[in-house]
Amino acid sequence: MTYDAWIIITGSLVGITCAMIGCFLVLRKMAMLADAISHTVLLGIVGGYLVSRSLDGPSLLIGAVIVGLLTALLVQVLSGKGVQGDAAIGIVFTSLFAVGVILLSVFAGNIHLDVDHALMGEITFIPWDTVEWNGMELGPKAVWLLGFVFIVNLLIIIFFYKEFKISSFDPEMAVAIGIPVLFIHYLQMGMLSITTVASFDSVGAILVVAMLIVPASTAYLLTDKLLNMLFISAGIGVFSAISGYYMATVLNVSIAGAMATSTGVLFALAFLFSPKHGLLAKKRAQKKLSKATAKTATTNPGL
Amino acid sequence: MFEELLLQLQNPNTQWVLIGTMLLGIASGVVGSFTLLRKQSLIGDAMAHSALPGVCIAYLLYGSKSLLWFLIGAVIAGLISSFFIQVIINHSRIKEDSALGIIISVFFGFGIVLLTYIQHNGAGNQSGLDDFIFGQAASMVAADVQLITIIAIILLAITVIFYKEFKLLTFDPQFAKGIGIPAKFFNGLLLLLIVCSVVIGLQTVGVVLMAAMLITPAISARYWTEKLSSMIIISGFIGGISGVFGTLLSTIMEGMATGPLIIIAATILFIISLIFAPKRGLLAKAIKQLHLRKRTAVEQIFLSFYDVAEGGNLREISEDEVLLKRKVTPSLFQHAKNVLEKKEYIKPSSNGKWMLTEKGIEAGYELVLQQRLYEMYLMHEMEFAHLELKTRDDLNLNAISKETKDQLLKLLRIHDRAPLLIPKSTSLGDRRVMVNDL
Repeated sequence: MTYDAWIIITGSLVGITCAMIGCFLVLRKMAMLADAISHTVLLGIVGGYLVSRSLDGPSLLIGAVIVGLLTALLVQVLSGKGVQGDAAIGIVFTSLFAVGVILLSVFAGNIHLDVDHALMGEITFIPWDTVEWNGMELGPKAVWLLGFVFIVNLLIIIFFYKEFKISSFDPEMAVAIGIPVLFIHYLQMGMLSITTVASFDSVGAILVVAMLIVPASTAYLLTDKLLNMLFISAGIGVFSAISGYYMATVLNVSIAGAMATSTGVLFALAFLFSPKHGLLAKKRAQKKLSKATAKTATTNPGL
Repeated sequence: MFEELLLQLQNPNTQWVLIGTMLLGIASGVVGSFTLLRKQSLIGDAMAHSALPGVCIAYLLYGSKSLLWFLIGAVIAGLISSFFIQVIINHSRIKEDSALGIIISVFFGFGIVLLTYIQHNGAGNQSGLDDFIFGQAASMVAADVQLITIIAIILLAITVIFYKEFKLLTFDPQFAKGIGIPAKFFNGLLLLLIVCSVVIGLQTVGVVLMAAMLITPAISARYWTEKLSSMIIISGFIGGISGVFGTLLSTIMEGMATGPLIIIAATILFIISLIFAPKRGLLAKAIKQLHLRKRTAVEQIFLSFYDVAEGGNLREISEDEVLLKRKVTPSLFQHAKNVLEKKEYIKPSSNGKWMLTEKGIEAGYELVLQQRLYEMYLMHEMEFAHLELKTRDDLNLNAISKETKDQLLKLLRIHDRAPLLIPKSTSLGDRRVMVNDL
């Protein structure tokens, strides 16, 4: 496969995986928690490395999941102690991120991760870091990792679809009918963490946040059904990845940045032109309504 | 280490950086107080992220590095981003947090695009532009600090001048509008203050961590006071201290970035506030809780003594009998006994048994009367809704009207709960009559 194709596949996998879990985050109004976790995962990666002294293997994933869950937990604890929700998120993610950056700068010589890399990712180098098995080239490591995470997430979503759906739309009802809401919450946070860390290496923190929140929000403007939302959001993720990649190569700019910009453009389009929830559709409906009321007012002056 | 620090402090460059980070901490602490109380903490984060494209566009237009132009670019981008956030929230089904996330990530992504565009295609000296992402306090020069100083002073001056308006808009926006304060103008002004403090922070602590400078000192200050004016001062103080400590640490520790250390310093101050603040801190709350538990235990045990005595056992109340009525832990029981004995409410009678003293009967009678009247209130809450009692202590027998009192006392008799053990003291004569009248 060609170099371009691998990058596009990587980007698309990031797009699909993030967009799917993103739907639940957007519906549960936890977009900023996703933002927070995608930052604190840095600490998990550094911590995982410091414990295992290797950048391969599952240590980074485990570290990321632990720190991701820790972030969610700390936010919950602080909110419970009376700190405003948004401020709790702000405090937790900035301090854990700061610790991550400090550890990174202390051990920077040993880790190939640097700060720019963590932010922007190095999707351009993905195709060279390949997996070999019995002398056969099996494609980039990142694709395998992302593919694995994608399948895990997909299976979890299929398996818990009903539970996820109810706890997204009607948490009180979910509690009432005995769905383990807290378990679902931390399960989703765990999925979010592994998704983030798997995407981190290739596209960096910014694009992870963009891919998590923006395609899902765009899909939310286009449909009222969860299943459709999942498909549309995944489609938008893939489309943003591909269009972003070509934009980046033409302009010679950061691929991750261009993909994020691409999600933004698609969101703006949906925001303006969505047939039901778009700005223009709403304006038109409003005009129609005021016209109709004006008409009834003139025909029935007595009313 | 200490000598090294002294040596560093004599270095004019370190002094500049120190002044810069301190002023930054003070300014963001002050501005952050308002954003926290208005529940807009993450707006600062959004502003910080969206400043990046503004800085890049300013660079592209101006052609070289200039903090003033960066500032203008960032301010414009920040204002545009907050406008977009509002538009998205007001005109679609997207909620606030998603709107914030969308703007943060898309603006920042676009900023990265511009940054790499400048790096790959732009000519001239663009080094230092990416310092804005993570901050590089050490690279501050005298001119930067001057600009930071000017902006910080302007920020503080505006806060002082319009303090009253900001306060009203924060706590009672409806009333503020009612008395003719131009809410739009002052909201915009406050937004401008946020953007300005974010922008001067970008170079020092960077985009990601700037949010912390707005949130952490303010939330820490919230623990120490209830008053806005003191909160602003404490928050500014905490911000300033964090700036100074972070900078000093980074001069001692080789290779550690200043920004994250400032944030760590602020977080430590937050944790200290969370635990040790006098009224709202966790420790103070725990102590209060403990006191309450002890007080309740003493009261419960006292009530039990009274109950037993009321049942006819005046002289030989055994501890088991008391504990049978209300179960408390042995240590609390011991404590309760000590307190009651010290107050001379109970005294030992014979072989380990107890009896109520005259003083004890007097105090017990009052407590029991209040307790049982409160029970009546709870049983017939709808009839006495006007009393609006939350706890038993809210029931003040001297403050309620005679009719209500009579009504409650009547209920007491109907339910056969009138306290029978009546003190002999004459000062309570009227009350005895009151109960006897039943």
